[in-house]
Amino acid sequence: MTKGNAIAVLILGILIILFPQVTSDNYILTIGIFVGINALVAIGLTILMGYAGQISLGQAGFYGIGAYMSAILSMNFGLPVLFSIIASIIIASLTAVIIAIPSLRLKGHYLAVATLGFGEIIHIILNEWGPGGPSGFGDIPSFNILGYHLSSTVEYFYLIWLCIIFVMIFSLNLIHSMTGKALRAIHDSEIAAVTLGINITKLKIKVFVLSAAYASLAGALYAHYVTFLSPSGFSLFYSVLVLMMVVIGGMTNIWGAIAGALIITILPEVLRGFKEFDILVYGMILTLSLLFMRKGIVPLVVETYKKWTLR
Amino acid sequence: MTLLLQFLFSGLTTGSVYALVGIGFNIVYNSTSIINLAQGEFVVIGGLMMWFFLEGMQLPFTVSLSLTLLTAALIGLLMERLTIKPLLKKGDLLLMIMVTIAISILIRGILMFKFGKDPYTYPPFTEGEPINFYGAIITQQTLWVIGITAVCIVLLYLFFNKTMIGRAMKACSLDVRAARLMGINVSNIVMLSFIISAVIGAIGGIAITPISLMEYDKGAMLSVKGFCAAIMGGLGRSRGAVAGGFTLGILESLTAGYIHSGFKDAVALLIMLFILFVRPAGMFGKAEILKLRKF
Repeated sequence: MTKGNAIAVLILGILIILFPQVTSDNYILTIGIFVGINALVAIGLTILMGYAGQISLGQAGFYGIGAYMSAILSMNFGLPVLFSIIASIIIASLTAVIIAIPSLRLKGHYLAVATLGFGEIIHIILNEWGPGGPSGFGDIPSFNILGYHLSSTVEYFYLIWLCIIFVMIFSLNLIHSMTGKALRAIHDSEIAAVTLGINITKLKIKVFVLSAAYASLAGALYAHYVTFLSPSGFSLFYSVLVLMMVVIGGMTNIWGAIAGALIITILPEVLRGFKEFDILVYGMILTLSLLFMRKGIVPLVVETYKKWTLR
Repeated sequence: MTLLLQFLFSGLTTGSVYALVGIGFNIVYNSTSIINLAQGEFVVIGGLMMWFFLEGMQLPFTVSLSLTLLTAALIGLLMERLTIKPLLKKGDLLLMIMVTIAISILIRGILMFKFGKDPYTYPPFTEGEPINFYGAIITQQTLWVIGITAVCIVLLYLFFNKTMIGRAMKACSLDVRAARLMGINVSNIVMLSFIISAVIGAIGGIAITPISLMEYDKGAMLSVKGFCAAIMGGLGRSRGAVAGGFTLGILESLTAGYIHSGFKDAVALLIMLFILFVRPAGMFGKAEILKLRKF
């Protein structure tokens, strides 16, 4: 991890601790929790897209596996929540390995559509075989650890953002390790990477599994926070929303995932009065940012800052 | 037996639309090597705009039809000129995939804003008794859908093989650089391919809406199924897309009829994944062709 990133993580940590002191409004804290959940999924996709150059339109599938598996394991099999979350991450990761091996041989469009197909199949399975079918199910145990039950919104806020701090530190270290450098080599030119002796298939599978693990962690945390699940939140549209977060935040910098998640999660709250507008606004934002702000917010800010300090 | 026949006909009807969307995919793919994930939205545009002109504005049938096709063509044109053209030369595949997704969401957003979430329909093209075919009931609109699809296929065949512009498009799909050297304006060809594929999609939407209703969010699934039809036949091969579309439609209606209607959509997804994993060149395609592609 570079010095800049270490400082950024520190600042994020301080902001997280301070935030609930500044506002005790449950509504704002709840939004903060959802920003965090979405950011977890977006961080995974950012590493996959920005660093490995692979696209996935199936993140909702892994998010759904994480949520449903952790909920079912803790509810029907009486597993402690912490273990059910870990088990759901393992299940999602194994699924990702099975999907990745044939998928990642595919390129570009084919990969996009194959992951989309996977995500939609999971959505159909949740609809048909998930508890409660399309209408979903409730009474999922809330998060608890060693007999201590998290009850207030503030505690959940800290839990989710603590996960993000860990995920960020792990991801930043990964990116600046040899693996990360190899990944960037894949992104720039697969052929060049192969000639340098990088096992690209293995690396791609690793990153794909990592993005699935993050998504399933987010799903499991979501399940034990909301304590109610229905398949509608795990459709293709969610995968596209995550894609939007990554594009808007900037996929060449994993901090972009948090910025993107913040914007895309707050947007519907801002547009609350205009319910029928939201898809239109999403579409416009994504189109315009692809056309005019291809790098995304965070890389742009970093560049401007560098130019400004060099002057 | 009667039931089977009934399922076959309903499969052919929905399969027609998949075939049309699949052909649209192929036309754009041949001229640009990109997959237009907004392809299915044009079917929805066709159905909803036809309702708007026919029922909303009470215009005569032929006027509504022309205006709907014109609208679809215009949206196809705008999409290409405003988003595809400026980005295509960057040669960034991730970007191209994302921009077609962005357009599909934008179109869906506009349609939802204009039409809301309700399903829409209008009367069949011709009034009249359904036909009894060995016990299976076939509505007249079913025949319209299959007939219109057949006419589209024939017209496209003639266009691509007999007209100068069509042959120029075919030349571009074989080798863009050589086509440009022959004096073909490739930029216009790309634009034309988006217009044609938009119009074909809209025709499918116009024909199917009296049977299956149309709502703003049907586009995504139609894109997936049209893409499935296209790769079943080998991407880029329009006759393959027709065979793929009909096969998919029939398999879907058999699944819905004999197994469970909830798994109807899973059929296309499973076939698609199977083909992608096992034979990305399609059932009839050649693997070598894929290697020649830019993306």
